[in-house]
Order: sequence, then structure tokens, then C-alpha cells
Amino acid sequence: MNTQNTMLSPELSPESLKKIDREVAKYPADQKQSAVMAALVIAQDEKGWLPKETIAAVATYLGMAPMAAYEVASFYNMYDLHPVGKYKITVCTNLPCALSGGVHAADYVKHKLGVDFNETTADGKFTLKEGECMGACGDAPVMLVNNKRMCSFMLPEQIDALLAECK
Amino acid sequence: MVEIEIDGKTLQVEDGSTVIEAAHKLGTYIPHFCYHKKLSIAANCRMCLVQVEKAPKPMPACATTVTNGMKVFTHSDLAVKAQKAVMEFLLINHPLDCPICDQGGECQLQDLAVGYGESASKYEEEKRVVPDKDLGPLVATDMTRCINCTRCVRFTAEIAGFQELGQSYRGERAEVMPFIGKTVDTELSGNIIDLCPVGALTSKPFRFSARTWELSRRKSVSPHDGLGSNLIVQTKHDKVLRVLPLENEDINECWLSDKERFSYQGLGSADRLTKPMVKQGGEWKEVDWNVALDYAAHALRDVATTHGGAAIGGLLSPHSTVEELYLAQKLLRGLGSDSVDFRLRQSDFSADGKRAGIPSLGMKIADISGLDRVLVVGSFLRKDHPLIAQRLRQSAKKGAQVCILHSANDELLINLTARAVAAPSQLPALLAQVVKAVCALKGASADAALSALTVSAEAQAIAQSLASGSNTAVLLGNFAQQHPQAATLQALAGQLAKALGGKFGFLGEAANSVGGYVAKAVPSGSGLNAAAMLKDSRQAYVVLGAEPELDCADGALALAALKKSAVTVVLTPFKSPAMLDYAAVLLPVAPFSETSGSFVNTEGRVQSFYAAAKPLGEARPGWKVLRVLGNLLAINGFEFNSSEDVRSEALGAQAEFVSGLDNGLEGVRLDLSAAGGAVERVADVPIHFADALVRRAPALQKAADSAVPTARMNSAMLKKFGLDAGQLAKVGAGGTAKANLVAQLDAGLPDGVVRISAAHATTLALGPMSAVLSVEKA
Amino acid sequence: MALIDTINPLLTTGWAKGDAGWSLKDYEARGGYKQLRRVLESKMSQDDLIAEVKKSVLRGRGGAGFPTGLKWSFMPKAAPVKYVVCNTDEGEPGTFKDRDLMRFDPHSVIEGMIIAGYAVGAKAGYNYIHGEIFETYQRFEEALDQARAAGYLGDNILGSGFSFDLFAHHGWGAYICGEETGLLESIEGKKGQPRFKPPFPANFGLYGKPTTINNTETFAAIPFILGMGGEAYLNLGKPNNGGTKLFSVSGHVNRPGNFEVPMGTPFAKLLEMAGGMRGGRKLKAVIPGGSSAPVLPGDVIMDCTMDYDSIAKAGSMLGSGAVIVMDETVCMVKALERLSYFYYEESCGQCTPCREGSGWLYRVVHRIEHGEGRPEDLDLLNRVTDNMMGKTICALADAAAFPVRSFIKHFQGEFEYHIENKKCLVDPEVQRMGSGFFKAGNV
Repeated sequence: MNTQNTMLSPELSPESLKKIDREVAKYPADQKQSAVMAALVIAQDEKGWLPKETIAAVATYLGMAPMAAYEVASFYNMYDLHPVGKYKITVCTNLPCALSGGVHAADYVKHKLGVDFNETTADGKFTLKEGECMGACGDAPVMLVNNKRMCSFMLPEQIDALLAECK
Repeated sequence: MVEIEIDGKTLQVEDGSTVIEAAHKLGTYIPHFCYHKKLSIAANCRMCLVQVEKAPKPMPACATTVTNGMKVFTHSDLAVKAQKAVMEFLLINHPLDCPICDQGGECQLQDLAVGYGESASKYEEEKRVVPDKDLGPLVATDMTRCINCTRCVRFTAEIAGFQELGQSYRGERAEVMPFIGKTVDTELSGNIIDLCPVGALTSKPFRFSARTWELSRRKSVSPHDGLGSNLIVQTKHDKVLRVLPLENEDINECWLSDKERFSYQGLGSADRLTKPMVKQGGEWKEVDWNVALDYAAHALRDVATTHGGAAIGGLLSPHSTVEELYLAQKLLRGLGSDSVDFRLRQSDFSADGKRAGIPSLGMKIADISGLDRVLVVGSFLRKDHPLIAQRLRQSAKKGAQVCILHSANDELLINLTARAVAAPSQLPALLAQVVKAVCALKGASADAALSALTVSAEAQAIAQSLASGSNTAVLLGNFAQQHPQAATLQALAGQLAKALGGKFGFLGEAANSVGGYVAKAVPSGSGLNAAAMLKDSRQAYVVLGAEPELDCADGALALAALKKSAVTVVLTPFKSPAMLDYAAVLLPVAPFSETSGSFVNTEGRVQSFYAAAKPLGEARPGWKVLRVLGNLLAINGFEFNSSEDVRSEALGAQAEFVSGLDNGLEGVRLDLSAAGGAVERVADVPIHFADALVRRAPALQKAADSAVPTARMNSAMLKKFGLDAGQLAKVGAGGTAKANLVAQLDAGLPDGVVRISAAHATTLALGPMSAVLSVEKA
Repeated sequence: MALIDTINPLLTTGWAKGDAGWSLKDYEARGGYKQLRRVLESKMSQDDLIAEVKKSVLRGRGGAGFPTGLKWSFMPKAAPVKYVVCNTDEGEPGTFKDRDLMRFDPHSVIEGMIIAGYAVGAKAGYNYIHGEIFETYQRFEEALDQARAAGYLGDNILGSGFSFDLFAHHGWGAYICGEETGLLESIEGKKGQPRFKPPFPANFGLYGKPTTINNTETFAAIPFILGMGGEAYLNLGKPNNGGTKLFSVSGHVNRPGNFEVPMGTPFAKLLEMAGGMRGGRKLKAVIPGGSSAPVLPGDVIMDCTMDYDSIAKAGSMLGSGAVIVMDETVCMVKALERLSYFYYEESCGQCTPCREGSGWLYRVVHRIEHGEGRPEDLDLLNRVTDNMMGKTICALADAAAFPVRSFIKHFQGEFEYHIENKKCLVDPEVQRMGSGFFKAGNV
């Protein structure tokens, strides 16, 4: 587990704040809250997950109630409210993927890593999550690595290669 | 207007009304949970589904806007089937153990389930369990019972002004909660208990103490701030167990501040004085009433005979009833003293004798909601007048411009248009700048005394906002009224209102801030005011309902004066160590809940009430005690049979509003001088320390608003004194007085001030609320 | 890259080079931004522009099939601030066309949105992109930078005096944001809980301002419609079902992928384009319009053409054009369990019937699948769905109910078998091999 993350300061780095400013600029001046989704992603990228202090810091930066930011962070399921491994692998098991092996791919990863959904390997490297439709059903089975990288056609060989690549 | 038909009955309603509002007009009840007339429409509970002609699906009555010719059926098969369907869904995950739920007997879900629910559930899966939350000392949770109507969430965001609660997660896992590790700290938090239609949010102090049907109910009036909130006081075996709002759209709407709701706990305080007591040979003895009254009468008569009636001073709490205040002043005047006052925290009395009438709000409370421009001067508005702040919060959302001019910059949770913050001594000049700028904008001639002033940018911004309105008001808060140049502030506010063609008035600090004047509880002739009778200490004092060391502008001075006096007769519901030290006689009088009486609120409205419970122990209604004292002293005109008799004499013919209200002021010379260089004290009276009752309410004393006072200052001031936030500061005021207080950063405070709360034992030694301070690292 | 095949390629003309053909210069080389230029240079009136779109009978490609031109005409003319919003929150299981559109031809979406902004008088737009396709979001941001640098976005576009800017906003894992008012809430930085309507977005949309929301594919079709003329576009399809449509075919076919076909193309033809049934197995059932659409048995769908009206007549919905193909290795109870779990997981939690009902449905189907079904369960499921449908703010409750009702309706025997025998009608080993994940001798 990435426990050392809890020790980090809730404050965001200047680089992250710059990225958030870029998001804020997309919206009307009195609508800074619109940037909260992007800002939480930027914060999550920096901290590895979203400790409550970080959520509060993002809220304060955007001039919104921390509770309103927490509502957002807990509503959208790609925000991590608990520490995750270095690689978070999310497997789509929805019906179209399942028809082409999504569930079997998840079982395969579980077997390989020795963890179930929502668990992290003992070395803190992998966290496995069950995902909902990623909008790539034609590429089934699909997986997301750390939310942002989509992996298509994940048959056993491809899964083996992916896990080997994650150092 | 549009015409619609509901269940065959036609009616005219305003454009934009919703079906539920229209039905309400007809007296047709449509079941609902999430809908609340004061909150935004969520339309999420779906209980109010009704059939609308031509609509293929049932429509939520709360969110469906009426159209001309619309036909609504609230009890058709389609509507009832939909309502029953929703009820079934509401109940599948709701515990069906009403007998062990604190809400049992007053639960909307329980009530509606009787009408719309089935006798047995078809749901045989495992029920949801939701962890409880710690919302603080006032609101208890039983979150498994929550039906996610989000009324409480919307209340915090919309009415209280800051979203302290939210609905986190989603779907079946959605749960209402505060931010992780936070409590709900708004001064209006208790309202979420009333809003919760189920047993998810209940009163922590009341929890499991009685069932609703065991309680007796009495209408009453809040004895705290000048609003005069209407209450329902609920008792069991003559003990007040709960206080709820009595809806009055013109006053408190359907809300109460936490102080008004939970202060009743103080009624049962161990400090309650339940027997008359006299001090004999330095020893306190509980005695019979006749002994105590004899003692008091003799003692006062002795002083009057020996030193003259003027040697007696009357310090009366503005939280006393009109009847008590009236009889107390009559008693003192009967003894030959004109030194009687209820304005205990006031320090500038130079307006006395120059007023055109009784100072008041100068408008109706409800009128506040219609103002388009408001300037609040010298007020800790949110804590001093929580529900007036709430009104202004809603106004500001609808486009009204609210500005504040004050010596602190507390978060009011109101969308302010402009604010100006300055040290207390500079407030008059700052307000004068606003007057000057408004006169310039309006083309009116300004007072000659303002000619030398330069208008600051802040004052100009306020002036521009005010001048752009058509229905403006200037409201003087408690801090302005307690200010050493209060008369100047009042005169300037009057000039400003005149230039704007608007109104101005006072936000009454206490339940009888207007009533005290009506009851003549103010000095006349050569009588001394509250400050003067402490400075020039009296041989004897009559104290009514007050704790002068905490309730006066200079607590230290009050304490010294009382200690020095030969005789102090205290009529009080509570005893305190201080009283036992300075008093000669303690007469137990009933608090508001145990006596009939009247308050005249800040707008001049007379509100009378009856006792909700019998007096505790041997306590007696204050008016009765004063009547007997009057009789014992053989003072004429004390033949009263009831509190109504007293009221009639005090207020004259019964009327909704008192007459004689006038904020006019003649002949006050503007004092625009400002102290230079000194460190000025800014003293607020924290919401839960403001009067004897609330100070003794245990749950409120655990709330966030009851923190021990600190020495607050901005970072420049911290630096100036070589302090870091959190360090102990040694604060001195005039000579030897001093207190050690934790230094706290308050970035909103102006330079040259240190903010230290009054009305608290830890700061009593610092003397006047407007003291000049010395600060050093302890 | 998903396989594509087309009849009369239109939207997919730019896809030929796949990931190598998305940038501005490629788009311009194939005639991109010509229509925007023409509209601006000719100072085409807003009414004429909307009339042309109306003529095309382009119907919203997001699922509801509402006529686009009509939607645009609802925008109040006088409002000073208006918005155009693109819905690329493609999360309806089975749908993956917008991702490819955005990957291979993002500028067609941008051009369509600018033209829409011109038509409705908006000065700003947002494209809400499904959080799970972050790489596509990043590419779209790049495309926006290109368009801005070339003067297609920003102040005074191409010297016309018309100004419009466009921004990308990404989701982060919430199906409900595909509902247009949930999407607006999400852009506003809130939970994506749908709003009660009316007011509709055309009057009270983003930040309370009049807003037009269309699907990605709808916007992408605009430049083509203006290029060929509304009538020609309509004639590509069927009356009342104008133009071509992207169909995402997934499941048990040999070549899953996106296929652009004229509206009204027979299902059989589409299946053939997708390479036919995997392993030559027998078609059992098809969900023709994304997971929310009622399932149709194989023999019923084989008689359908792919357009709004034909599919509706068969008792389902064309929806977003997501065709989920299931062969005889599928246990229908297990398939439904997976869908019911999805709606249970994705219910926003706002309305009582959906919040409570979606979980109830899932738990009962789960029980049946795990051999704990009771004879009365099918009636119970039908009753619960009946109590959910039409009683919530948005259509998610209906979407959760439709699969349950249609699966039971068409495959009742299989459900009854499951309840009675506490096991699948389809042999588990057959199911296992049906997915194609395991090759002989593998794992």
C-alpha cells in the first residue's frame, strides 16, 4: 500500500496548480467549480489518491465547500478515496466485454496477481478494480491502467505482457 | 393567473406556481418528503406523483408548473398506484422498528406509510445499513433511517449559506454526511432536525427523553435576541424537554437559531435558584419567601432613608419581560431613584434626551426581505442576529446588494457587494465618508462636519451600491449600539437614510431592547444610566435577571461596584458564585418558560406568552415578586392581579405594535475623532455567552460557537507583538487588569485592533468592551 | 483500432488512415472546415442553416433520435449567453462509435460544433468526453489547439466577426452523465444528477443559460450535411430516418467494430459486415440499441432493418446504434445479471424508485443466477420494474427495467429453468468457451 502518501502535505505542487489554472480558464470567471473534476484528477495524479485534506485543498482553491468537492470525488468512480497500488488495473466486466471474455480476463488477472477486486498486492504494486463500460466494447476485453491508458483485446498473452511491463 | 382543476375543484393560482402549491391553497394534501417550501425543488423522493391530464406518466406535484386549464388528479388510480409504488421503495431499506425510533409518533414516513404502505414487504433481501455521523453536540444521527430526501443538504447550502452536508457516493450507496471528520457548525443547525422527515436526524439533547404524545405544548417567545422568534415549548411533568419553532412568516419564518432552540437546557441547570436566600453574618441561608422579601424591602428602605433614593441603582436585564421591567422601574422610582437602566452593554448615552422616540428597527422585520440595498453597520450579524442574516442571505441571492461596515470581517455567508473594515475608533469617520459620498451621488448637501473628510475607495463602493437602489436601509448592529460613539453612528445612519430616501434602524440586541424603553426602564431626570451608576457606585442595587459582570459593558467595573455596595438585591433564576459574593438577597424568579409576560421585539411588535411550566422549586414569576416588594414598601400603584394588568399599565391599550417608535435624533454633535496609535479592543458577545440562560445550556456550550475566547489579530499585529498564532499572549487593559489568552490569527481584522470576546469569565478582567489594550508575549 | 466497414462512407471517410489521419492538415486535405468557411463567408442566415439541417431529418445520434434541426430551433434568439454542448460521454454498454469518431476525425466534431454555435447564436461550447477514454480527450485537446491556431476557433473566426470558443471537459466514471442534464451538472462541477425537466436545456441549460446538447456523431454529421445538402443526406437513408448511421457491433461476431451504413440497412447485412457469427454459432439474441434497449430474439432481429422506426416496431429501440450480439453460448440469466448490476452501480441515487429499485432488481436476478431463485421471483421482477418505470427524473430507471422485462419476456423458459433447477440451461463449459478468451489448452 502506498501508505507514505498519507504523510504528504495536502498542498498541491505548483505544477499541479498550474494545470488546474489551465482548466479553470476554460469556464466563465464565476464558474471555477466547473474545474473541480479535472482538478481532482490532477490532484489524484500527484498524490496517488485523494486524501480528504487534498480534496479540501482543491475545494478551497476553487472557492467551493469541501463537502461539495467530496460529493464529486465520491460520485465519480475513478477517483480513489483510498490508497491504491502503483498500477491500478480496471477491468471492464460489462456485458459486451463479458461476451468476449471480460470476466475471464478479470479472473485471469486475479489469478496472476493473487488479489480480488478492490485489493492491492502485498508489494503495493497492483490494485485491481472492476470497471463499468469504458466505451470501447469493440476492443473487448478492455482494461484501464491508472485511469488514463486503455488496453485493448486483452487475451492471456496481452495480459501477461502488460503485467510484465508494469515495473 | 391561471385556472387549474385539482380533483374536480377549480381555482386560480399565480403563474409559475407548482401543482403542490396550488393543491395546498385548496387544502388538498399531496404526500411528499423532499419538497419544502423554503428549499429548492429536488423532486427526488417521488412521493408527490400525481396524474396530470394528457401526461402519459405521473408527474411530481412539487416540480410541475401549472398551466392554464391543467387538470390534476391526486387520488386517481394512476396517482395512488405511483404513490404506493414509491412508498414501497422507500420502505424496503428503511428499518421498520418505529417503536425504538426517536422519531416515532412524529414521523412523516410513518404517517404516510399508514396510508400508502402495504402491511408486509415483498423485499426479502438484506437491508442497507448506513454508518452514523457525528454532527456535533446538537444533532443526533441514525443514518440507516435516511431516505435521501436531501432536505438537510439543501438547508445547509441554501438557508445556512454553506454546504456542510452533502449526499456522497451514488445509487443505493448514497449517503448524507458532513465532510469527513467535520461536524455541522452552523448556528442554524437544529433546523435540519425539523426538516428531516424521518428519524435520521434527531435532537441530541432531547433524544429518547419522551414521546411526542407525552408532551404538553405551549406557544412562547424566544427570550434571546431582538427578533422574538415564536416558539412551541414542550414540557413533560413541568420540565421543558424541547423547543420547536412556531412558524411566523413575519418573524422567524419556520426557523430557529440553535441558541433559541437549545437554550432550554439551561432551564434545568444546577445553578437554578429554587429558594429565596439571604446573607446573614456572611453566611447564606435559604429562607421563606416572606423572610426574604421582608429583608429585601427593609434593606432597600433603609438605604433610601439613610442615603436618599438616588443611592439605589437598578440594573435590569433586557431579556426580562416588559412586565418585570415595568414593575422594577416603578419600584425603584417609588423608592426615589431614577437610576434604572436595561441597556447594560451600552457605553455612549449621549443620545439620551435627544431622541424623538423609542429606537427600533425602523421597519417591519419582513420588510428586510424586500430591501434592494442594505448597509449593516457594526454588527457580528450572523451570530448576533442569525435569522436576520438568513433573510439578507436570501435577499442577496435574489439580487439585493448587501454591504457591511464593521471592525471585523467575519464570514457572513452572504454574497456581499462591498465591505469596509476599520478599527472601532475609525468607524464613525468611515460611515461619515459613506454619507458624504452618497450625498455627492444624490446631489444632496452633506453635513458641514463632513467637509474635511476624504472618501476612501471602500466607502465610495458602499455609497455607490446604496445610491443605486430604490428601497434601502441602514441597520445598526449590536457593536454599533455598544460603540463609544454610538450616538454619532446613529446620527450618521439617519443622515445616510435621509440622503437615500431610505430607512434606518437598530437590530435589537435582546428580547426587550425595544420593550425596555416602552417599560420606562431607562433613567430620567437626574437618574444615572447603566454605565454611570457603576462608575459612580451606589449604596444599593436592584439587579433583575442580569449577571452584571458578564452582561455589562464593563464587567470588571460592575463587579467592583456591586461588591462595594451595602445592599444588592438580585432577582434571578440562577445563582452564581459572583452573586453569592456581592448580593445580600437572592430572590428566585421564574425564567421566561415559567412566567407569563411580554416581549416587544426589535420591530416594536408586542408578543405576550403564558408560562409553559410551573416555576421550579419556590421560584415565582418576577412580576409577582416585584408586586409584593412594592406592596411591602408601601409604594402606590402596585395593586396588580395578573401580568395582564401589569401589561395594560405598561403598554396601554392592547395593540400589535407599540406606539412612539422613532429613530430621530436632534442635537447630537458628530464626534468623528479617532484614537491614534493605541491598540483597540474589538469585543463581540459570542452567541452562546450572551445571556444568563444560554450560558447554562450544556449542549450549546459544547458547540463550535462556544469556544473559549482568544486574542485575535491580523498577521501584522501578531508580528508587532512578536507572537505566533497559538502562543499565549498577556493582554492588559488600563493598569493592572490583565488576562492570558491564546493568540489567534484573524486575517480579516484591521490593523490596530485585537479582538477579544466579552461576556466570558476569562476576559472579564479586561474591563470595558472598548478598552485600549496592551499586548505582549506571555 | 476498431474494424470499420462502410456503405457510402460519410462520417468514416476520414478514418481510413486511422490514428495517422486525424490532424488538422489531414482534415483540411479532405475538405474539412470548408463548410464552416462557406457558412461564414456567405453570411448564411441562422434560419437558413437550421432549415438545411431540418431538411436532412438528421435525428439525434445519442439514443433518443430527436430531430436535430428542430432542437436547434428551440433556442431563444434573444438570449445574450448561450452554449453548445457535445455529449461524448459514451458509456452505454455496447456503444463505442464516438470514441472512434473523436480519435480518427476530431475536427469534424469541432467543425460541426462551431457551425451549431453559429446557428444557435452561442459563443462558447463544451465537449464532455467520457472519462475512461482519456487518451481521446487529450487528442481532442490537441485538435482544439490546432483549430484555435488556424483561426477556426476564438475571436473573429476567419475574419467573419463571429466568435466561438470550444473546450473539452472530461468525465471520471459516471454513466449517468450521458443523460444531458446530468452532463450539464457535471460540467458545472457537481455530481451528475439529472435535473427535472421542464425547463429543458434550450431554456435553462449550462449555468442556467440556453443550451443545445447533441451527440458527437450528430455534430460530426453537420459538415457533411451542409456539403451534400440536407435533401441528399436524407435520401441516403429512409424517410424520417435521414442519412447514414454508425453502428457499433460487439459480442459474438467475428469482426466487432463500427460500421457506417445508411439508415434502413437490414440487420442481416450489418451482421454480415461484422463477419457473421463467431465460430459460425447460432444467433440467440441481439440488443439493438445499447444495453438499455429491450433485447430481441435472434429470429425477430433478423427481420428488422436498422432504423428508428423498424426497431421500434419490433419492440425495442435503435438507441445509440450499439448492437450487442449474443449466440447460443450465452446464459440469459447471467447476461441480465450483468446488466442489472450495471444499472444498480450507475444509478445516481437521486430518485427513490431508481435508487431502491435498481438494487432490488439486481439482488433478485443475482439470486436466480446463483440458484436461489423462487417461483414468484419473475412476477416480483415484473412488478418492481413496473413500479420503477416512468416515475423518476431521468430514464435510468426505465433503462434498468427494460432489460429485465424483455429478457424475461423473450426468455422466460430459461429463467424458469434456472429457478427450478438452480443452474444454467446453457452448460457452464459451453459458456466458458463462448467468450473466446480461452483457447484450447490455455489456462
